[in-house]
Amino acid sequence: MSEEKRTPLLDVSGIHVYYGAIHAIKGVSFQVYPDEIVTLIGANGAGKSTTLNTITGLLRPKQGTICFDGKNVTSLPSHKMISQGIALCPEGRRIFQQMTVRENLEMGGFIRQASEIQSSMEEMFERFPRLKEREKQVAGTLSGGEQQMLAMARALMTRPRLLMLDEPSMGLAPILVEQIFGIIKEMHGAGVTILLVEQNAQMALSIADRAYVLETGTITMEGQADDLLHNDNVRKAYLGS
Amino acid sequence: MIFLDKLITGISLGSIYAIIALGYTMVYGIAKMLNFAHGDVIMMGAYIAFCTLQYLNLPPVMALIVAMAACTVMGVVIEGLAYRPLRQAASLAVLITAIGMSYLLQNLALMIWGANPKSFPGTMISIPTLSLFGGQLKITGATLVTILANVVIMVGLTLFTSRAKTGKAMRCVSEDRGAASLMGINVNRTISITFAIGSALAAVAGILLCSSYPTLQPTTGSMPGIKAFTAAVFGGIGSIPGAMLGGLLLGIIEIFGKAYISTELGDAIVFAVLIVVLLVRPSGLLGKPVREKV
Ligand SMILES: Nc1ncnc2c1ncn2[C@@H]1O[C@H](COP(=O)(O)OP(=O)(O)O)[C@@H](O)[C@H]1O
Ligand SMILES: [Mg+2]
Repeated sequence: MSEEKRTPLLDVSGIHVYYGAIHAIKGVSFQVYPDEIVTLIGANGAGKSTTLNTITGLLRPKQGTICFDGKNVTSLPSHKMISQGIALCPEGRRIFQQMTVRENLEMGGFIRQASEIQSSMEEMFERFPRLKEREKQVAGTLSGGEQQMLAMARALMTRPRLLMLDEPSMGLAPILVEQIFGIIKEMHGAGVTILLVEQNAQMALSIADRAYVLETGTITMEGQADDLLHNDNVRKAYLGS
Repeated sequence: MIFLDKLITGISLGSIYAIIALGYTMVYGIAKMLNFAHGDVIMMGAYIAFCTLQYLNLPPVMALIVAMAACTVMGVVIEGLAYRPLRQAASLAVLITAIGMSYLLQNLALMIWGANPKSFPGTMISIPTLSLFGGQLKITGATLVTILANVVIMVGLTLFTSRAKTGKAMRCVSEDRGAASLMGINVNRTISITFAIGSALAAVAGILLCSSYPTLQPTTGSMPGIKAFTAAVFGGIGSIPGAMLGGLLLGIIEIFGKAYISTELGDAIVFAVLIVVLLVRPSGLLGKPVREKV
C-alpha cells in the first residue's frame, strides 16, 4: 500500500519562518500520515524546533500553510492547537517547575473536564509509575529523566492524535534514552501518531517509519527511515561513520 | 501603650500597602511588567466610591461594589488598549507606556473632579471606634476593617491561586507563557483576568486608604502606589505572601520611623531599609532567585 494515497494527518507545505531578519525556515514541506512515526533529524540550529513551534502556533510562518486532518490551522492561536489534537512535548521539557507533578498533569488536561482529567491521570500513573511515587513532589526537584517522563505524560493528558516530541533524549544517560524511546514506541502502539525531532539520529531512525533531514532551514533528504539509516551521506553527517 | 497604638496604626497602613502591592506583584508575576498606573487606579476607585456616596447617596456597600466594578473594567481596558499591543516590545517601552497611563489617569481625574481636595466621607466605614484599656488604646473602625479586609483578601487569593483552575493557569503563565499556551491556556485572557483582580483590589485599597486618610485629590494614589511597589519588591516581587509581608513591614517601619526617629525622615527610613534588604537578598524577602528562561 502506498502512503501517498491516504490523506496526511499533518501536512506542512512550503513554510517560511523568520526571527526578525533571520530566515530560519526556508520553504519546508513534509507530511505525517496517520499511525506513522516520522522523524525530523538535523544538526543543532538546523531549524527543527522552529518547525515544531510553528506547527503549534507559537511562531507564525510568513508563507506556507499547515493543515491538520484536512483543516487549515496555519493561523490558529497556539492555545487552540491542543483541542485540535496536536500536542507538543517541547525542547528542554518546560514542565512547570514550581508546581507539583500532579498539578503539572492537571494542567496538561487543562481543556478537559475534571472527570476526564482524573481518568487520564490514572492512565499516566500506570504508564509512568515513577510519577505516581513523586505525585506530590514539586516538579523542579525531579531528575532529568523523570522530568522528561512528566513532560511526555503532560502532553498525553488530552489523548492527542499527534504527539510531537522535541529532542526527548537531550541530556539523558543512555539507559534513560532507551527507556524514553521504549515509551515512545508504546505510545505509538496505543494509537498515537508521532513526529519526533532528534539530534540522536541513530535512535530516531531505528524507531521511525519515515524520516526527513533538515539542514539550515531546508529539507535536503527524505525517505524510509531504514534507507536513511544505511545511506552513506546520512551516516557520515549524522551517525559518525 | 503608645507602642501598641503605633503598632496597630502601622499594621493598618501596612495592610493598605499590602493590598496595593498585590496588584503590582500579580501583574508583574504574570504579565512580567511594572504597571505604574496601578496607584492611580486606586485614586480613581476612591473618587468613584466618593461620588457614589456623595452624589448618588447610595449605601457604602454599593459604593464598594460600584468602585470595584468600575476599576475592574478600567484595569482590563488599560491592559487591552495600552499594554497588550506591546506584548512583544522591549520592557522599557512598556514601562514608559505605564508611566504615561499613570499621568493620563491623574489628568483625567483633574479634569473631572478638579484640583481641590475632596474630603472622603467618614460614612463609608461607620463602625464605631473600639476603646480598650479604659480608653487608653483606641482602634478606629477603619483600622479594624482594613486589617480584616487584608486577611480576607490574602486567604482568598492564596486559595484562588492554589485551588481554582484560573488561579493555576495564572501560575503556569507566570512560569512559562509558551508552555502554558501549549496546555490550551489563553495567555491574553489570563493576563486580562490578572489585571481585573488587581484593579478590583485597587478599588478596595483606595476606599480603605481614604477612610483612614480622608484627603482625596488626583495625586492621592501616587505616594501609596510607590510605597506599595517598594513593599512588593521588598517582599519579593511576583510573590503573593511576599506582598503581604513586605506591605506590613513597610507600614510598621514607616509609622515607627516617624514616631521614634524623625517625622521628616519617615519615608527615607523606609527606602533605606529597602536598600539594605535588597543588598542582602536581591530577590526580596520571599522572592525566588530569577532563573533565565529560553
Ligand atoms: N529566538 C530566536 N531568535 C533568533 N534566532 C533564533 C531564535 N531561535 C532560534 N533561532 C535561530 O534559528 C535557527 C534554527 O534554530 P532551531 O529551530 O532552534 O534549531 P534546532 O532546533 O534544529 O537546533 C538557528 O540558526 C537559531 O540560531
Ligand atoms: Mg531544537
